[in-house]
Amino acid sequence: MLRDITLGQYYQADSVIHRLDPRVKLGTTVLFIISLFVFQGVWGYLAAGLFLVLVIRLSTVPFKFMVKGMRSIVFLLSITVIFNLFLTPGEPVVQLWKLTITREGIELAVLLAIRLSFLIIGSSVMTLTTTPNQLTDGLEKMLRPLNKIKVPVHEIAMMMSIALRFIPILMEETDKIMKAQLARCADFDSGNLIKKAKSLVPLLVPLFISAFRRANDLAMAMEARCYRGGDHRTKMKPLHYEKRDYIAYVVVVCYLVCGIAAGRLIG
Amino acid sequence: MPIILDKVSHIYGEDTAMAVMALNNISLVIPDGQFIGLIGHTGSGKSTLAQHLNGLMKATAGNIYFNGEDIDAQDFDKKMLRSKVGLVFQYPEHQLFETDVFADVCFGPKNLGLSKKEIELRAYEALKLVGLEDDYFYQSPFDLSGGQKRRVAIAGVLAMKPDVLILDEPTAGLDPKGRDEILDQIARLKRETGITVLLVSHSMDDVAKYVDRIIVMNKGSVMYDDAPREVFRHYQELEEIGLAAPQVTYIMKALRDHGYDVSDEVTTIAEAREEISNYFARFAAARKER
Repeated sequence: MLRDITLGQYYQADSVIHRLDPRVKLGTTVLFIISLFVFQGVWGYLAAGLFLVLVIRLSTVPFKFMVKGMRSIVFLLSITVIFNLFLTPGEPVVQLWKLTITREGIELAVLLAIRLSFLIIGSSVMTLTTTPNQLTDGLEKMLRPLNKIKVPVHEIAMMMSIALRFIPILMEETDKIMKAQLARCADFDSGNLIKKAKSLVPLLVPLFISAFRRANDLAMAMEARCYRGGDHRTKMKPLHYEKRDYIAYVVVVCYLVCGIAAGRLIG
Repeated sequence: MPIILDKVSHIYGEDTAMAVMALNNISLVIPDGQFIGLIGHTGSGKSTLAQHLNGLMKATAGNIYFNGEDIDAQDFDKKMLRSKVGLVFQYPEHQLFETDVFADVCFGPKNLGLSKKEIELRAYEALKLVGLEDDYFYQSPFDLSGGQKRRVAIAGVLAMKPDVLILDEPTAGLDPKGRDEILDQIARLKRETGITVLLVSHSMDDVAKYVDRIIVMNKGSVMYDDAPREVFRHYQELEEIGLAAPQVTYIMKALRDHGYDVSDEVTTIAEAREEISNYFARFAAARKER
């Protein structure tokens, strides 16, 4: 029932993008998002679009998976478009009763729609090609300098990866307990709000108990293996840059320069 | 109330690349009052089949009839079905949630909308049926031992007074003593109430002693469906699918191979004892004659 839901929506494949160091992908994603707001004019967006198409092509992830991520923002996107369409002052084009669509409004709406879609597609390229564990690894390493100002970076990263690891397990557990209570004629979806909330007690109590039990077991297992976290811990798969990662950085820098130049010179 | 399965199939993740055929064209009749063992290796589809019988899972093809009515029909009362076909899940103690044992057992009958008196009466009877002493009734279920928790969970299903009781691996994770206690209790329950019991297990030793019919599942299909004696005759085929005949059957076969004239169609320790003492009696008589 609930088993199909996975977080991070990783798409298994063996492409250049998949093999890149997670730090490169994280950094690029951040830069790409910034670039969307810095670039100006049609040419800037064209550059961003070309870059995106190139990355998607290289990643070998089917395009329909990217569109899946778009579904969640359709609502936000339509609100943005509608507001900009009707509420931007300027030269009127169409007059609908009391609402006016202006030329500036159309331009702004289109640009914002493109900007938002690129933003979502860009970040889903990252989550589709990087496993959640790689992501937390990359984050940990990138944020390591924060250690100096007493931010427990390793601990935060560890908590993140444990949380991510436990999501599918808890999903499965929920499914199981739900079925067990249904077998005892439990009713989860009728009645008013209070009754519905009350009917969740037989589901939530066992779920919490099992979550605590699992947390306890995990802590025990980690202690038994002498886990201490902290500075001197080595990794099974340490992250280090390879040639392709440097090339990727160069490509990104080229992209940024081209985009800005295109915006300034032509547009 | 008999359950009839007519060409039931279930496919997990249909229409995806990872589709798995969990049940493949299964036709079965489960008449009243039988004690049935449903045996299969991990992943053979036995738990999936169990969840179809009370409508928790829906067949992707085929029909299931309870008491002559199609359980997937629009106007069929699923709640009634679940109260009549009680399903005890694997590790049922993980579903306990109330503050005390008695209240937890009341959960099932309460959902059926019975009167308070009737609910408490049923809960009391159910706890007695599983052999839990009165001292534990008002303790937190989380303070009990593993075996006791499991009894409480089984009582929680029994309190709905089902006509058919399905137990999915009721002995998983218990020590040998706890295992025997639970199984003996189930056998007693079966004798006293006369309900239909379906015991899902992967252990032949668990099942052979109690049931009068064994259904062997393999890769989503029914491989054998017969009396235990008949099923164990195929012990070589059973081994091929990761199962085995009861250990005592192997001992008897070994004795026979060594030239002792005993039957090897023995499935329980009691039968084996009788067979061996019969052999000694015959042996002594033959000696006397000489």
